[in-house]
Amino acid sequence: MQIHQYDTVIVGAGGAGMRAAIESTQRSRTAVLTKLYPTRSHTGAAQGGMCAALANVEEDNWEWHTFDTVKGGDYLVDQDAAEIMCKEAIDAVLDLEKMGLPFSRTEAGRIDQRRFGGHSRNHGEAPVRRSCYAADRTGHMILQTLFQNCVKHGVEFFNEFYVLDLLINEGKTAGVVAYELATGEIHVFQAKAVVFASGGTGKMFKVSSNAHTLTGDGQAVAYRRGLPLEDMEFFQFHPTGIWRMGILLTEGARGEGGILRNKDGERFMERYAPVMKDLASRDVCSRAIYTEIREGRGCGPEGDHVYLDLTHLPPEQLDAKLPDITEFARTYLGIEPYTDPIPIQPTAHYAMGGIPTNVEGEVLRNNTDIVPGLYAAGEVACVSVHGANRLGTNSLLDINVFGRRAGIAAADYANANEFVPLPENPEELVQTMVEQLRESTGTESVGQIRKELQETMDTNAMVYRTGDTLKQAVEDIAALKERFKNVSIQDKGYRYNTDLLEAIELGNLLDLAEVLAVSALAREESRGGHYREDFPTRDDVKFMQHTMAYQEVAADGSTSIRLDYKPVVTTRYQPMERKY
Amino acid sequence: MSTPTVEHSAALDAAEAGGIQLITVTFRIRRFNPEEHPDPVWVDYQLTLDPKERVLDALNKIKWEQDGTLTYRRSCAHGICGSDAMRINGRNRLACKTLIKDVNPEKPITIEAIKGLTVLKDLVVDMDPFFQAYKDVMPFLITKGNEPTRERLQSAEDRERFDDTTKCILCAACTSSCPVFWNDGQYFGPAAIVNAHRFIFDSRDEGAEQRLEILNDREGVWRCRTTFNCSEACPRGIEVTKAIQEVKRALVTRRF
Repeated sequence: MQIHQYDTVIVGAGGAGMRAAIESTQRSRTAVLTKLYPTRSHTGAAQGGMCAALANVEEDNWEWHTFDTVKGGDYLVDQDAAEIMCKEAIDAVLDLEKMGLPFSRTEAGRIDQRRFGGHSRNHGEAPVRRSCYAADRTGHMILQTLFQNCVKHGVEFFNEFYVLDLLINEGKTAGVVAYELATGEIHVFQAKAVVFASGGTGKMFKVSSNAHTLTGDGQAVAYRRGLPLEDMEFFQFHPTGIWRMGILLTEGARGEGGILRNKDGERFMERYAPVMKDLASRDVCSRAIYTEIREGRGCGPEGDHVYLDLTHLPPEQLDAKLPDITEFARTYLGIEPYTDPIPIQPTAHYAMGGIPTNVEGEVLRNNTDIVPGLYAAGEVACVSVHGANRLGTNSLLDINVFGRRAGIAAADYANANEFVPLPENPEELVQTMVEQLRESTGTESVGQIRKELQETMDTNAMVYRTGDTLKQAVEDIAALKERFKNVSIQDKGYRYNTDLLEAIELGNLLDLAEVLAVSALAREESRGGHYREDFPTRDDVKFMQHTMAYQEVAADGSTSIRLDYKPVVTTRYQPMERKY
Repeated sequence: MSTPTVEHSAALDAAEAGGIQLITVTFRIRRFNPEEHPDPVWVDYQLTLDPKERVLDALNKIKWEQDGTLTYRRSCAHGICGSDAMRINGRNRLACKTLIKDVNPEKPITIEAIKGLTVLKDLVVDMDPFFQAYKDVMPFLITKGNEPTRERLQSAEDRERFDDTTKCILCAACTSSCPVFWNDGQYFGPAAIVNAHRFIFDSRDEGAEQRLEILNDREGVWRCRTTFNCSEACPRGIEVTKAIQEVKRALVTRRF
């Protein structure tokens, strides 16, 4: 075992982690621990853009952006946080441009902007061009630009270090424990401040736009240490994933004029969202697609998908604005998007919930109190700026605004405070977890349990949910968790043991899937991405509040979930019926 | 406004076809685990799968259903993160962007680690020298003077000038396909030059002279022998050799 000491430790090197690192490295001695080489992070898969009311191409206002964000989140958004995000969005985009990000440009040489789902002029009047973009690889450019600037500022990375535990002592942050993939060695990082920026949980679903690596590691670590998880029942299903594979096709395709069609060729979104049509919010579009499929208007021999139609757009426009996604259609489906519509279906995309934080990125340990020295930003966190449904492009915005804020706040905290002593045997929990898995002689396999988890989540906890399906999910997950105790791995070695890594990741997914299902079962209403067929309307009297899920450990070591609720922060906007 | 029934091409019908035709394929993988044995060994795995699946799907099936010790890097699974560059039938490709039907599944499909970087285990190589060469070309925007209040202006034409090289995902497929790099680990390699190109030809950047001096080194851009392996290997379709030629020309003319 090795012990290291840094002022600030950042866990994760996607957009939020690297944006935080750029700030904290200039202010405090910082280490970034990352399971992957930084440029492998899934920020790079984001396509369509990052919204900010620059008003480069038409009139816009950050207050309109705030309204759209609150409405998009079905009024579960904390409005103070949304206001900060939308106001700081403008500088966040300009900062990236100054760091070198090659945005697509207008005729006048300014950052170009395009339409995106749910983003409107003057509180819902009509779609507005707000998304700043770099072709359809905006996330790639953000990830590369942030990595380039990390190189420039000499950020210290520990690549392929997998953080497995959070150390809290005397009620304050003391550090983290990591497993070095190359050697199997355990490392304790003592730190005054820790920032979790480890991404989402999308691999608990089968059809998913998420990378294999998105297994909710940060959420699971915090949860096991007694910290709450907020709003985990709110998961976004992106309307346009490649059929069966789930690979993301940007909403920017519809921003450029793409149309969703059913088997009759009908532009069905006109029936569901007369004003915004194909650019309604994602939850609305995904439900509409499944309704079309359920009512027999789906495409293909099994009627299990619909089309994203780009064939009416000029090929030059597709080449210039959507080169990557058109190539995905050619590579993975063998079709030509100039002339063929693309078979699509909703795909598990984004966790609105996560580790609760305030607007400085400080992690909450209950509704009001923070854990001193602990921060979170990006998809791992829940500020909450996305509420019950995130608007397209607001995740790239979130990681830049709150990554920056968390990086500054963490470094400032580290500079003003002393190290907290490490607890006794800080590596103990991780050592035990790793050794048990390595030595297990059980009969269950990681691959099989993960497959069954993903199947029950897709069947029972996706776009449409009922009390019965969610109970089934809870039951299935409990059985899988029991079987997981008897899991064993074939690779017993120390060098690059990805067999071991995948087992730990599965353990995280099981815990988080259970929190999702239990939180969803208790929320007897429909709001944003959480749709209950047995409770099809929003219930602001009972459920205009955030879910806070805690792990309770009984004396015999068994665990259960305790749910609590936290009020929503409302400033300017009173809840209204949500229409697009 | 609705349009009549969608027209169906043969390709679309094929993409949507039900009733998957499964085939049996042999994957011949070069395994290496120094914890167990000092030498690499070829191991065959038989799988039944849909030929429209990715090579990465096949590797996952092997790992999840047959042999958990098989080790490789992967993340996004659709060609954007750059984790899974490997030699498939002797050619550098991304496993997640290569469909099984496209690599002649009638014969055993060979899979081995990319060349020129030290193999650590199975398909996992030491990426540190690769990233060091990248860092050495100063891959970040260098500007002088005060920052503008708003964004820097750049015409669409100036933006287009370096568009191709912004696509790089640092997967190392190009660098590890380069015969010069195989024989001379000191050579910067195509990927580092691509990333230098991305800034040298960016109208906002003022660090081109510094980068060109770095690449004027004897291990720099002049080692390129224009074999075009890199362009062929690039999974992002970047014209790598052309970019290297443009950097060479800029060194001679000092115009960029």
